[in-house]
Amino acid sequence: MAKQIIPKKYAMPHQDPQVRAKNFDEVALGYTEELAVAEAERCLNCKKPFCKEGCPVSVDIPEFIALVKERKFEEAAKVIKRTNALPAVCGRVCPQENQCEKFCVVGKKNEPVGIGRLERFVGDYIVQKDERIEKAEPTGYKVAIVGSGPAGLACAADLARLGHSVTMYEALHTPGGVLMYGIPEFRLPKAIVQKEIENLKKMGVEIETNAIIGQIASLDELFKEEGFDAAFLGTGAGTPYFMNLPGENYNGVYSANEFLTRSNLMKAYCFPECDTPVKVGKKVAVLGGGNVAMDAARTALRLGAEEVYIVYRRSRAELPARLEEVEHAEEEGVQFLFLTNPTRYVGSEDGWLTGLECIKMELGEPDASGRRKPVPIPGSEYVLPVDVAIVAIGQGPNPLLTNTTPDLETNKRGNIVADESTGKTSKEGVYAGGDVVTGAATVIKAMGAGRTAAKSIHEYLLSKS
Amino acid sequence: MYKIVAKKTLAPAIHEFDILAPKVAKKAKAGQFIIVRVDENGERIPLTIADYDREAGTITIVFAEAGYSTKKLALLNAGDAVQDFVGPLGVPSHIEKFGNVVMVAGGVGVAPVFPIAREMKAAGNHVVGIMGARNQELIFWEEKMKEACSELLVTTDDGSYVRKGFVTDVLREYVEKEGKPDLVMAIGPLPMMRAVANLTKEFEIKTMVSLNSIMVDGTGMCGACRVTVGGETRFVCVDGPEFDGHLVDFEEQLTRSRQYKTEEQHALNRGGCGCGGGGKCHG
Ligand SMILES: Cc1cc2nc3c(=O)[nH]c(=O)nc-3n(C[C@H](O)[C@H](O)[C@H](O)COP(=O)(O)OP(=O)(O)OC[C@H]3O[C@@H](n4cnc5c(N)ncnc54)[C@H](O)[C@@H]3O)c2cc1C
Ligand SMILES: Cc1cc2nc3c(=O)[nH]c(=O)nc-3n(C[C@H](O)[C@H](O)[C@H](O)COP(=O)(O)OP(=O)(O)OC[C@H]3O[C@@H](n4cnc5c(N)ncnc54)[C@H](O)[C@@H]3O)c2cc1C
Ligand code: SF4
Ligand code: SF4
Ligand code: FES
Ligand SMILES: [Mg+2]
Repeated sequence: MAKQIIPKKYAMPHQDPQVRAKNFDEVALGYTEELAVAEAERCLNCKKPFCKEGCPVSVDIPEFIALVKERKFEEAAKVIKRTNALPAVCGRVCPQENQCEKFCVVGKKNEPVGIGRLERFVGDYIVQKDERIEKAEPTGYKVAIVGSGPAGLACAADLARLGHSVTMYEALHTPGGVLMYGIPEFRLPKAIVQKEIENLKKMGVEIETNAIIGQIASLDELFKEEGFDAAFLGTGAGTPYFMNLPGENYNGVYSANEFLTRSNLMKAYCFPECDTPVKVGKKVAVLGGGNVAMDAARTALRLGAEEVYIVYRRSRAELPARLEEVEHAEEEGVQFLFLTNPTRYVGSEDGWLTGLECIKMELGEPDASGRRKPVPIPGSEYVLPVDVAIVAIGQGPNPLLTNTTPDLETNKRGNIVADESTGKTSKEGVYAGGDVVTGAATVIKAMGAGRTAAKSIHEYLLSKS
Repeated sequence: MYKIVAKKTLAPAIHEFDILAPKVAKKAKAGQFIIVRVDENGERIPLTIADYDREAGTITIVFAEAGYSTKKLALLNAGDAVQDFVGPLGVPSHIEKFGNVVMVAGGVGVAPVFPIAREMKAAGNHVVGIMGARNQELIFWEEKMKEACSELLVTTDDGSYVRKGFVTDVLREYVEKEGKPDLVMAIGPLPMMRAVANLTKEFEIKTMVSLNSIMVDGTGMCGACRVTVGGETRFVCVDGPEFDGHLVDFEEQLTRSRQYKTEEQHALNRGGCGCGGGGKCHG
């Protein structure tokens, strides 16, 4: 008899929207063992798994799901970790609907298999398990990793596993990159990131925080004075873009990076017990429609804002954020103003933001990408009264390192030029990957790039001897 | 952790610390700053590098108790340590032989001016130091400044020491008597830097100021420190801290520096929420 098809993913327990909009605890609570096994049963174990092609690092999806069915969770984790070092993180933050799950055959007629949820379940299982850390024979080679975001973390883990001596330099006082300072606790608990970083330390990776390469030492000095044999640059895309609208420097206008850093990294949510303040405002406008915008909006709600608007110039269908985050934001009470474009900030005489002037847009002719282009409706300007505005329209590469390394090729946007299949840059022994190469992208892509570079660095080091 | 190896109280509520940070000391240059975080719950506060000793591996900072975090820092003593200490940050001062250079220091501004004056003199400039404080009690590092400068002029707002007057009064008298210097550099409170810039604009003297905008990361990542210079937005932490004083929008800087006044007062009077920093207090 044919197996009965269950049309929907097994629901993951969530905190109630009313309650969670007021706390920073995680929103999605994760599958229990029973739910995980039940969801795994929905997978058809395809001979030709299309899902795997949708994953940027080609996780062996049917293989790990089959092990979940058998309740062999540790083995399942091993399978995932062959290609993805941080399943507990990716299971939570990957835009699965555009990647693995988009291609799942079950998804043709029904909801796809909840690959992300299963990956998260396996990741959490293993995080709690205290994995055995295998240490390799030391090779005697020293590799410097600059930046401790997902790209750097993944690269460091692979190199340490191969026996190289790895030192990771991080500009901030806490390692983890965007995982620590950008993505909020309610979406990615910091304890999970810290646990992964502890594992790296157990593998012998040295982490130097408060160390900005380009300021405390140049890349060349790392090679010449500190004796490194190779370096990986994973410095991310941390510099916030502004729209250059009139009034952008009024008090109350934040970049999303500042707002989120104050709240996440500096724990402004427990001011004054923690010393860093943040202005929350009563009415908050967030400019942009990506993950960063959703995170800023939901953080503002949790910090006590009464009304939070997402101001986005296109329509709902074009929102670049993960679907789940958009839904969560809506459930929590974030208001979406689609087809609305900010034109200037309005302020009081003493320099405080009082409003955001916007113009309404309509969809015009399709542009080169086939998407209908939003065009302003003349005369439709109006002022949205807000006392805080958060700009979340994107970030560019941080120039501190590239400015002091003249022989490192960058493109006109300031991204480091690196070969996609090897991570090799224009400078001998120097590899790069993640957002600093691609521009703002995703956690899994950054990790994939870190691992690709680790492989090339290993080959490079062996070829030296 | 970064150890405080020496502490001196220079004037009421103004302290000097030598902090052990050999890698920062190795690279530090005049005009740069560091960011310090006192403890695990601390905010990141920027302070200028007032001096460095590459051999001893120490950085000297001088700070005024301005609010909660600097008061907390002031409670530490030699032998204690701060949680985080990152630098050197910002672009070093541009040092070359300009000719006659006037270095104007207001209040705690003496500390950041000192290493720049010393380097300017070493580069062959005739360096005139002008230092001012509200009263005699608040004057510090006069001997060090005498050594760093070719000549030093001191003033107090209330006339309790040397003479009465603002640094701008001394600067005006100097320019009227000795003629235009090739460069003026002013470091101190914003209103003082604005006053110097207004004066030198009148005389058309190139003037650099060192801005102390509110910062978080100090690496160009947050934009908190932005300032309008010549109509363009710049980030003080990576593009500065020194800018052409005739191009800086001081009004905007003053407004931005008051952004957290209410919260700062709250922090000072804090009872504390009792969450111990675990973040469980919310909700
Ligand atoms: C708010 C927010 C939400 C996001 N949500 C998602 C999501 O849901 N799903 C998803 O897939 N992606 C998401 N992203 C994108 C994702 O986080 C990034 O693509 C990813 O973190 C890039 O990794 P990275 O290692 O290249 O750089 P980063 O994570 O940016 O890390 C770079 C690190 O390098 C450090 N650094 C920089 N310069 C230097 C230097 N000179 N010396 C030493 N250290 C230096 C930085 O301080 C930083 O810690 C989000 C991003 C943000 C900002
Ligand atoms: C590049 C730079 C160099 C500086 N060098 C010195 C120095 O050598 N000696 C010295 O005494 N002070 C210096 N400052 C100022 C010093 O950082 C502030 O006095 C300090 O942060 C105040 O913190 P607080 O919590 O004690 O006071 P608060 O009560 O929090 O603030 C008092 C005032 O300080 C400013 N301020 C508050 N938070 C910050 C912040 N995170 N960053 C910058 N300014 C802030 C605001 O204008 C505020 O109104 C410098 C600032 C900058 C940006
Ligand atoms: S890493 Fe991301 S894309 Fe790949 S299988 Fe896991 S959740 Fe899907
Ligand atoms: S495509 Fe879907 S059903 Fe097939 S193996 Fe992948 S997850 Fe399972
Ligand atoms: S302090 Fe964050 S960008 Fe300058
Ligand atoms: Mg403070």
